Amino acid sequence: MSASKPYGLLAEFDKPADVMHAAEKVRDAGYKVWDVHTPYPIHGMDEAMGLKNSKVGWFSFIGGVTGYTSGMLLIWFTNAVDYKVMIGGKPMFSPFGAFPPSYELTILFGAFGALLGMLFLNRLPRLHHPLLKHDRFKLVTHDKYFIVIETADPKYSPKETRELLEAAGSKRIELVEE
Amino acid sequence: MSDAAAIPANFKVQAPPVELEREVLVNKGRDIGWLSDRVASVIEGKTPWWWWAMMIPSLLLYGAMGAMIVYQISVGVGVWGNSHPVMWGWDIINFVWWIGIGHAGTLISAILFLLRQKWRTSINRASEAMTIFAVMCAGIYPALHVGRIWYDWYLFPIPNSNAIWPQFRSPLMWDVFAVSTYFTVSVLFWFMGLIPDLAVMRDRAKTKLRKFAYGIFSFGWTGSNRHWSNYEKAYLLLAGLSTPLVLSVHSIVSLDFAVSQLPGWHTTIFPPYFVAGAVFSGFGMVLTLLIPLRTLCKLEDIITMRHIDLMCKVILATGSIVGYAYIMELFIAWYSGSPFERYAFLNRISGPYYWGYLWMFLPNVIIPQLFWFKWFRSNLKVIFILSLIVNIGMWFERFVIIVTSLHRDFLPANWGWYSPTWVDILMYLGTFGQFFTLFLLFMRFIPMIAICEVKAITPQADPHHPLGGAKDGGHH
Repeated sequence: MSASKPYGLLAEFDKPADVMHAAEKVRDAGYKVWDVHTPYPIHGMDEAMGLKNSKVGWFSFIGGVTGYTSGMLLIWFTNAVDYKVMIGGKPMFSPFGAFPPSYELTILFGAFGALLGMLFLNRLPRLHHPLLKHDRFKLVTHDKYFIVIETADPKYSPKETRELLEAAGSKRIELVEE
Repeated sequence: MSDAAAIPANFKVQAPPVELEREVLVNKGRDIGWLSDRVASVIEGKTPWWWWAMMIPSLLLYGAMGAMIVYQISVGVGVWGNSHPVMWGWDIINFVWWIGIGHAGTLISAILFLLRQKWRTSINRASEAMTIFAVMCAGIYPALHVGRIWYDWYLFPIPNSNAIWPQFRSPLMWDVFAVSTYFTVSVLFWFMGLIPDLAVMRDRAKTKLRKFAYGIFSFGWTGSNRHWSNYEKAYLLLAGLSTPLVLSVHSIVSLDFAVSQLPGWHTTIFPPYFVAGAVFSGFGMVLTLLIPLRTLCKLEDIITMRHIDLMCKVILATGSIVGYAYIMELFIAWYSGSPFERYAFLNRISGPYYWGYLWMFLPNVIIPQLFWFKWFRSNLKVIFILSLIVNIGMWFERFVIIVTSLHRDFLPANWGWYSPTWVDILMYLGTFGQFFTLFLLFMRFIPMIAICEVKAITPQADPHHPLGGAKDGGHH
């Protein structure tokens, strides 16, 4: 911790419209390793940042398919193969009788897929982050909006990046350390 | 943005005419910082006297429930009033009642989300908590009802040395999967909604313990838009998955009855009728909880009269569906031409349990119709009392369905009488102890309003609104 490395430039904004316009400027300037931090999700920010559609849906879909298939296979194996008991003349296996539990498992696995997929794509839980050590950044969950351009960005330069953020309308720009 | 170029620079968005403007969802133009402060103050302030005044009796009842469970397990199911021919008594009534109450939470969090009803944000957190705690109360009953609870694990497909498996042709097995999935998914949904709000609490925390606890459970949330993007998608997916889930859970509970061949149970109307009744009773419970809490916790600007008005309308709508189902049930019993069906319903209305039918019919069919009138929807004391009556009515609905159908089936040799024992009664009161203990702990330690979601619906949060900093003619 002794030799503190710079993590990035943190620019503060007061209004959602300001941070949105600033994000568009940063996007158009061609930065890649940067982020907008807001107290709540802002509609249209994904476009303003140039983000692609989230991939969480795939995790949920795979979860759902797994749930339905495993439900059907489980019921077929347990009731029609491994432990056959004739009950009321009903067939040993019927997709109709097996549907309700399989349907529930579809939803169960799909829901786990959505939550765990979201956490995986976001690389969470994360117990340490340079921004979380920064005092002013605590307001991100209150009522301030921030743009962070990381030093890891190939286009990052201490002077030009700061000028860009100033031109974008931020009145408070600070260097955050690793 | 390809289409942005087509918009002329002096383009101005017209404001809607005054009469088409919707009432605001957060009163007095409160800004987003105020929202964090207000909601967090419920947790950060000193424990109020009324919290202890509620907590102590709740804990005592919770303890009584524990004692009743121990007594029931050690002596046997005979300590309940269940006896031939009424083998499903208060235990199943209370199971269905509690699980029904849970439905409002998921309806608010999932279905109203898909329908873009923004007013849901003020009440979804507390209702989801209510759902989880209600399902926990419900789950106790079937687990005990099996009699020898040390065999409960036979309900799950776990390989065992006897090489036997659960029998999936029974709707009771479907119920196991429906209820346990419902509980799990409700917890996941609730927890995911909590992550950014726990980050709010973490960033405000003054004490070490709070910093640590909220820090751990907020998973290192930084409000990053790259994260919000995935988060919003996952939220939408969970809402999309919870919608068919909530409709299926009470449908499957109703199949426990409808798949049997007992007069009064064997009807196809049961699944939609049960779901409507569940939402009806759930909204009753939401109102019972939130009407006092909004005043006690000074949340009137967040849970406004408009929210309460809308909830009353949901009660009116679902209550009318329930009323339709009751009347249709009577019609079909007559129209079926089956003497057993006809007798079952005639016996409900005019038999020895006629008072149960009255307590079901009046509160569920007649009382909610009062909400057609604005005066009833704007008078908090009246709404509070009516919300209690709704839940009493819904309890009696399950009583009527279960007890009156079972106490006289096909042969007079199978006729009998059912009444609960003191263990039944104390155990039911005990579940209230558990419910309120958990709810009070929840509201004291976890933000009871979804802070980030309410923030997002204020005009100050909208980048296209003047309060959000949008300028005339500005576009991105």
